[in-house]
Amino acid sequence: MITRFLWQGMGPMLRVAVLFVLAIGIILPLLNQLMPASSAFHVPAWVLQLIGKYLCFASLALAVDLVWGFCGILTLGHAAFFALGGYCMGMYLMRQIGSRGQYGNPLLPDFMVFLNYKELPWFWHGFDQFWFAAIMIVLVPSVLALALGWFAFRSRVTGVYLSIITQAMTFALMLAFFRNDMGLGGNNGMTDFKDILGFSVQSDATRATLCFTSALALAIFLVISGAVVGSRFGKALTAVRDAESRMRFLGYRVEGYKLFVFVLSAAMAGVAGALYVPQVGIINPSEFSPGNSIEAVLWVAVGGRGTLIGPILGAFAVNFGKTYLTGALPEVWLFALGALFIAVTLFLPKGIVGLWSQIRNRGTARKARVPA
Amino acid sequence: MFFLRLLAGVSSALAAVLIAATALAADLSALVTNLTTGSFGDRETAVGALAASGDARAAPILEALGAGQLYLRKSDNAVVIGKPDGNQLALTEAISGKPAGTGSEAELDRVRVNNRLRGVIEAAVGSLTLMSPDPRVRRDAADSLFKRPDPAALAALDAAIAGEKDARIKTAFQEARAAVVLVSDASKQDKLAALEVVRDKGNRDALSVLQAAINGASDPDVKAAATAAAASVRQSLAGWEAAQNVWYGISLGSVLLLAAIGLAITFGTMGVINMAHGEMVMLGAYTTFVVQDIIRTSFPHLFDASLVIALPLAFVVAGAVGIAIERGIIRFLYGRPLDTLLATWGLSLVLQQAVRSIFGPSNREVGAPAFMSGAFQLGQLTITYGRLWIVVFSLLVFVTLILVLRKTPLGLYMRAVTQNRPMASAMGIRTPRVDALTFGLGSGIAGLAGVALSQIDNVSPNLGQGYIIDSFMVVVFGGVGNLFGTLVGATALGIVNKFLEPYAGAVLGKILVLVFIILFIQRRPRGLFALKGRSVE
Amino acid sequence: MSMTEQRSTSALLYLSGVTVSFDGFKALNNLSLLVEPGEMRAIIGPNGAGKTTMMDVVTGKTRPDEGEVVFDGKADLTKLDEADIATLGIGRKFQKPTVFENHTVRDNLLLALAGLRSWYKLLLAAPTKAENTRLGEILSIIRMEAQQHMLAARLSHGQKQWLEIGMLLAQDPKLLLVDEPVAGMTDVETETTAQVLREINKTHSVVVVEHDMGFVRALGVKVTVLHEGSMLAEGTLDQVSADPRVVEVYLGR
Repeated sequence: MITRFLWQGMGPMLRVAVLFVLAIGIILPLLNQLMPASSAFHVPAWVLQLIGKYLCFASLALAVDLVWGFCGILTLGHAAFFALGGYCMGMYLMRQIGSRGQYGNPLLPDFMVFLNYKELPWFWHGFDQFWFAAIMIVLVPSVLALALGWFAFRSRVTGVYLSIITQAMTFALMLAFFRNDMGLGGNNGMTDFKDILGFSVQSDATRATLCFTSALALAIFLVISGAVVGSRFGKALTAVRDAESRMRFLGYRVEGYKLFVFVLSAAMAGVAGALYVPQVGIINPSEFSPGNSIEAVLWVAVGGRGTLIGPILGAFAVNFGKTYLTGALPEVWLFALGALFIAVTLFLPKGIVGLWSQIRNRGTARKARVPA
Repeated sequence: MFFLRLLAGVSSALAAVLIAATALAADLSALVTNLTTGSFGDRETAVGALAASGDARAAPILEALGAGQLYLRKSDNAVVIGKPDGNQLALTEAISGKPAGTGSEAELDRVRVNNRLRGVIEAAVGSLTLMSPDPRVRRDAADSLFKRPDPAALAALDAAIAGEKDARIKTAFQEARAAVVLVSDASKQDKLAALEVVRDKGNRDALSVLQAAINGASDPDVKAAATAAAASVRQSLAGWEAAQNVWYGISLGSVLLLAAIGLAITFGTMGVINMAHGEMVMLGAYTTFVVQDIIRTSFPHLFDASLVIALPLAFVVAGAVGIAIERGIIRFLYGRPLDTLLATWGLSLVLQQAVRSIFGPSNREVGAPAFMSGAFQLGQLTITYGRLWIVVFSLLVFVTLILVLRKTPLGLYMRAVTQNRPMASAMGIRTPRVDALTFGLGSGIAGLAGVALSQIDNVSPNLGQGYIIDSFMVVVFGGVGNLFGTLVGATALGIVNKFLEPYAGAVLGKILVLVFIILFIQRRPRGLFALKGRSVE
Repeated sequence: MSMTEQRSTSALLYLSGVTVSFDGFKALNNLSLLVEPGEMRAIIGPNGAGKTTMMDVVTGKTRPDEGEVVFDGKADLTKLDEADIATLGIGRKFQKPTVFENHTVRDNLLLALAGLRSWYKLLLAAPTKAENTRLGEILSIIRMEAQQHMLAARLSHGQKQWLEIGMLLAQDPKLLLVDEPVAGMTDVETETTAQVLREINKTHSVVVVEHDMGFVRALGVKVTVLHEGSMLAEGTLDQVSADPRVVEVYLGR
């Protein structure tokens, strides 16, 4: 039944996209591991790290697209779910440091020793186990999304009001995580990670594996999202996006639909964040900043909302531009980002994917007009 | 004959005065020398004796001693006051106050003091300065005596009370005397009367005096009376504290109102989500900075008028940028609120970066004109003029805006267009122009807010970002499309915030307010003062 | 109490003493109305008489301040939301045709088809044979088999109207509320629509809100006249047209 569910959304385009993502995730790490450093085909570790990061961003973009592109909920708080997943992973990684920290405390992470903690706060228990952290990575963002969505959707908070609520949520979380007495590292966050599952986070082999895992996660999310939007549920979902009250008058309880995709999407964002943290080596409260969430929305807008491939294209394109510009012309980056927001909404409302289908449609429309 | 006798009389009297003066000077120099010898206990006695002399010249000596600037010159054992002057010390004779050249630390012995002695010195200086001709110094003296009552100062205080003309300072003296009586071995009746005086003062210092009286009282009646007085002071302090919180809340509320009121127009009546609204505020603040900069370099005498000059300019700058935004971007996005949100967010990034490129990323200094500096006391409330003016200003802006909307043709057109666009258009109102002007008005008001906020916040490219979420919260909380709702929402949120702060801390208080509003919007999605009915759909 | 007595009535839709006010303005004022099973009823009234508000109350969009709204003798509609009420069997057709523009004609009908509504069942559901058969029937009734895979956005205005009627057939409600179905239609289209409604009325109860007197006459059914949120008159069109109060407020002097 599960396989049938997963296969129902598998169109040819999606199949190509999944295979392409997997190919990146397999070939690049292999080139890094198998080719000698002198070879022209050797992929250096920093490239793996960069691609791994982009793949995590692509997963986040896909999560945003699922709620915005397919259900019409413009979330300005998805970075919060991403960051929460990241913090769960960060807590696991902190516990793996053990007595190798600067203060050499076998139980307490460095920042707790520094802040005079006498014992581990209750919510840190269990995070020394990977399976527990893995569950929390999915559970914590999901529960937050469930709570927020439950209230918001039942009270029929929609449109910009919902957007502002999600923004306020991530803003409040950012303020909270900046506090030292949250027990989560305050404004420095968590860093100086050593091991993940017993392997050094610095080694090339680990980087290669993390890059592959990020690609695998994105591929799995693509399949799941494809299945969801390709099902009858997906038809109902886009109908809710286009004419919510009409769906109510047809007897659909639209809250359930919204809540399901919102929670699913939050869980996806959480996993993406968890894979992101060991690759960049740090997690801090600035990940919650409202700007990050809106930037994720921009990736989707650039790539093409309401399509499965668009967010991935958008995440790669915008982040490639960001990496290039912040390195080469740091002054220009914010101008470019701002201009991109304006240009996409004004001239490219359907994004890169839409541009392509616009051009294609123009051709078919001309042909179609002839018999009419 | 008469003249001669007179002369003789005068000269003898003069001689007597001279003799007395030298005797006093000798006396004083002995007392001062005592300061520099013996144990800390001996010196404490010496300080007391010096204070009891009531000699005005003793005050600077004691002050220097307290500050560690009293020295014994090794060469001649003279007591001198040394103030740092480059590597050397500029010396003055302690008693006469005449300059005595310079000297290095090596040639001098510093007269050492400990903390206990420093306290005693402070109290002594307090009683000595009671007779100063400067009313401010007298008042400070009374305050310092009140905080550190010294029984030895009782006589000086009585003398000061008798000679005081200024009623307020006299009260301060009487309060100080009451505090002194409480630590002295005065009679029970005197102490009970003193308790009442201290109770009536009713501030935090009074509370600590009373607390000391409770701890030190041997008589059970006095102890009971002191306890009762302390309780009553505590109660009135709690009242004042609440009042202070309300004032802080109103002050914060006025800031929120200023930031939100422009948004109430663009979002509330036009339905346009302008995420760059905070940047309009920022532009207003930078306009103020530029105006002050020009005034500082070219017309320094106009400095006190700088804010008044900046106001119209800020309105025009922010309003013009607003109109440009509406014509250039927003008008293509009507009916697509989520896209408007994204585009204006992008715009806010561009504006921030532009300001950062022009003015640099660091904070810019905007000064306060004279009429906005300082503070005054209202009972136990301290009210700064800056905050007071901002409250007044925000109300002025609010009232003006209401008048503009109700009484001017633009207001009429605006209401017509927001209520029924096609009909307004059919009646010959140029709706695109009204849209642009409305947006310009909202943005211009944000610019005005920027002038006010430049007085209390850091003028940096990120200034606006701090206000945008709060402003939306205020507008949504108060009820979209309802200006009075915005007023009530801003004030309520300001006060709630300030009342939460003491219990939860500033950050947690803010988080609690955000959570509260998130829950509130879900209960009443249309805000506190919702418009009901078909027109909303 | 009177509740039990009233609920035992045979009426399909029962409104009693319904009042709705918006900021002091009473959109409905003590309105009472009975619709029998199988009946078709026309509701007329000037602008602001409360026709749309009445429909909002029946479909759960607006909660009445006072009064009872009972469906099928048992369901208290004031306690239910839109989805519950639609599932009970009340369909609503809006004045402006609202179809799902980004869906194909067939998917529009599939979404409207009575039956599956819960999100977790829809995740795994494939259309059943019975559903496919029913979709085929409806497509042939509205004569859109050729366009079934076309996006609804590409349909003409008339085709959208037909699609919406098809969706109502798919939904198969016991009671159908129709809001100004002939606004902006030509005389011929108006006549066709009247025929279609009469056809639908053979198997469903219908409440039609309309301005167009010619259309109401063509329907030939009992008429209720609303004025300022209350019922002003009820009877055949000729009876109410003769009522001087109706003439005063609506038909013009």
